[in-house]
Amino acid sequence: MRDDLIRRTLIFVPQLLLVTFITFLFINMAPGDILAKYRFDPRISPASVKEIEHKFHFDEPVLVQYGYWLVRLCHLDLGYSFSREASVSSVIVERMGNTLLMSSFALIFTWLIALPLGIFAAVKQYSWGDRILSFISYFGMSLPGFFLALLLMFGIYSLSNMSFGAAIPIGGMVSPNHDQMTFFGQIWDHILHLILPVIVLTVGALASLQRIARGNMLEELRKQYVTTARAKGLPENQVIYKHALRNAINPLITLFGFSFSELLSGAALLEIIINWPGLGSLMLEAVRSQDTFLVMGSMLMGGIMLIIGNLIADILLVIVDPRVRS
Amino acid sequence: MNMFRNQRSLRKLLKHPLAVAGFVVLVVFYFIMFFAEFIAPYGFDNSKRDNSFIPPSRIHFVHDGHFSVRPLIYPYSYTFNSFAERTYVEDKTKPYYLSFFGKGDKVNLWGFVPISHHLFGVANNPDNCRIYIIGADGVGRDLFSRIVYGSRISLTIGFFGVAITFLLGFLYGGISGYYGGKLDSALMRFAECFMLIPSFFLMLALRSAFPMKLSSSQVYLLIVVIISFIEWAGLARIIRGMSLSIAKQDFVKAAKALGASDFRIIVRHILPQTLSYAIVAVTLTIPHYILGESALSLIGLGIQDPQASWGNLLSAAMNVSDIQYHPWVLIPGIFIFLSVMAFNFIGDGLRDALDPNR
Repeated sequence: MRDDLIRRTLIFVPQLLLVTFITFLFINMAPGDILAKYRFDPRISPASVKEIEHKFHFDEPVLVQYGYWLVRLCHLDLGYSFSREASVSSVIVERMGNTLLMSSFALIFTWLIALPLGIFAAVKQYSWGDRILSFISYFGMSLPGFFLALLLMFGIYSLSNMSFGAAIPIGGMVSPNHDQMTFFGQIWDHILHLILPVIVLTVGALASLQRIARGNMLEELRKQYVTTARAKGLPENQVIYKHALRNAINPLITLFGFSFSELLSGAALLEIIINWPGLGSLMLEAVRSQDTFLVMGSMLMGGIMLIIGNLIADILLVIVDPRVRS
Repeated sequence: MNMFRNQRSLRKLLKHPLAVAGFVVLVVFYFIMFFAEFIAPYGFDNSKRDNSFIPPSRIHFVHDGHFSVRPLIYPYSYTFNSFAERTYVEDKTKPYYLSFFGKGDKVNLWGFVPISHHLFGVANNPDNCRIYIIGADGVGRDLFSRIVYGSRISLTIGFFGVAITFLLGFLYGGISGYYGGKLDSALMRFAECFMLIPSFFLMLALRSAFPMKLSSSQVYLLIVVIISFIEWAGLARIIRGMSLSIAKQDFVKAAKALGASDFRIIVRHILPQTLSYAIVAVTLTIPHYILGESALSLIGLGIQDPQASWGNLLSAAMNVSDIQYHPWVLIPGIFIFLSVMAFNFIGDGLRDALDPNR
């Protein structure tokens, strides 16, 4: 089993390299580069621009440049970000933490809410509760996250204007006076700022997960071992939670790995809209300023986070399903 | 190719209330899109700077105590409040009657049929009083007209995109599944590369390869290509799975025995078997294009002003502290939501109707 996990993770490595290579080609296709701002700066002599170019190998062919990038990557050096004037890894580590903070809360809430709702809808199939849930899910699945975010921002803003007190902040990650707060005040400030993005991300993922959980559960409940369990007089609770649920949850965990990708995508756009200093807004900045190393670093991190997501899903599967262990 | 092999599937589809609702919404939207120049009272870039963020016109039927069958509107006049913000008040001195099928802006329907009649507008008005049924944007352009013109971009982008995605996804998946073995795993590992990176990141990276300032038609094309580039892999993987199992069936062996070429077997025998799945997937993929365009335009990397698309119209709502003064800038989002939902409903309905197991 352990070998299997390692093998599956290793497959990702060449894939990740290919993706970064394609990205590298694309960024270098674009006209202009990050050094343009130095070239047009009269305070910097053309000679020193040449020197910078040479130092970062910008004067070499694209393939060679990519080679240099790979070599540095082996030393865990992601390069230098010209737009942020800091090392790429330091910028990314900070931003990735922020993205993970937001998405992990969203992930936890999504599963905590969607799973019970899905089970409920399956057990009480075609009841009013199921119908209402289906109806809401249909809307939830089609509601674009960015639109929901804008609506919520507008709603919260209008409410706070109507003297309900400016309770929930609608942008950024901390208040302007964050540094002057006490430790607990800072935590509370973080929580308040998390409310909006977590709601948006949760609603986006909730609907489809609930539908899928319901579908899986229904499929299991139709199987013969459930009938057998009922026939031998097992209490309905045990039939559902001990028998059916444990089987229904397996495909959901595999899905968890994939849903991570969608979550990060949604989070990236949301970050840009609400000014959340995460990986997504960093990526946009990097793309706008053609900061090659920063773009590459962000892409790599996006990919690595996905791989980690898949890995976690695999490990969870081993824990939940004894059949996988052997 | 008869998509609905029997009447039963079609009847099933028509019994699916959400699918029918989605279909109705789309018919209305595409009708509006098709006759955009006629339905929009003003051109998409016809601005009147004095009417910046003017609120929606109120339709009245009574002027000065007299009832009139023809609806009328009053122009807004504005004063500045203590924060130097405009406050608009209806100026009830002179009524302006609405005209239906009356003369207005001269535009070219579909770019080449000159028309000057519009579905509705303001009749005989020398003072250029305008009707804004859902308000105006920052430079006094009619938001409704811009939404109508914007549908030309938002509602067509999916079809072009889906065409590319499907050609690629089908051939790739079909070949991969048919040949199997080493080629199959190599092709699939390659396709998975595109699913490895969160799609929005990939979208940004691909967009970065092209100049930020492009003409609208170039951006349109670019968005189609970028999103297809991201979408095809997922489809290819599913088609591959299907063709892998179809390739083992007897009729494929029969075709092989008859000496049909591999290409012919893939295109004529295997891929048609996956068609009913494909139709569902097409319908469910179109929203991805609508959303992708909106997302890119929303953050300023897509369609640029003065051209309108639903995404770039919504970007006016990004400035949250301002929307409370003109909340109607959120309306384009409703159109995005409705069209996405309509396609999802139809896709769901089709899946139920074409699935023989249900």
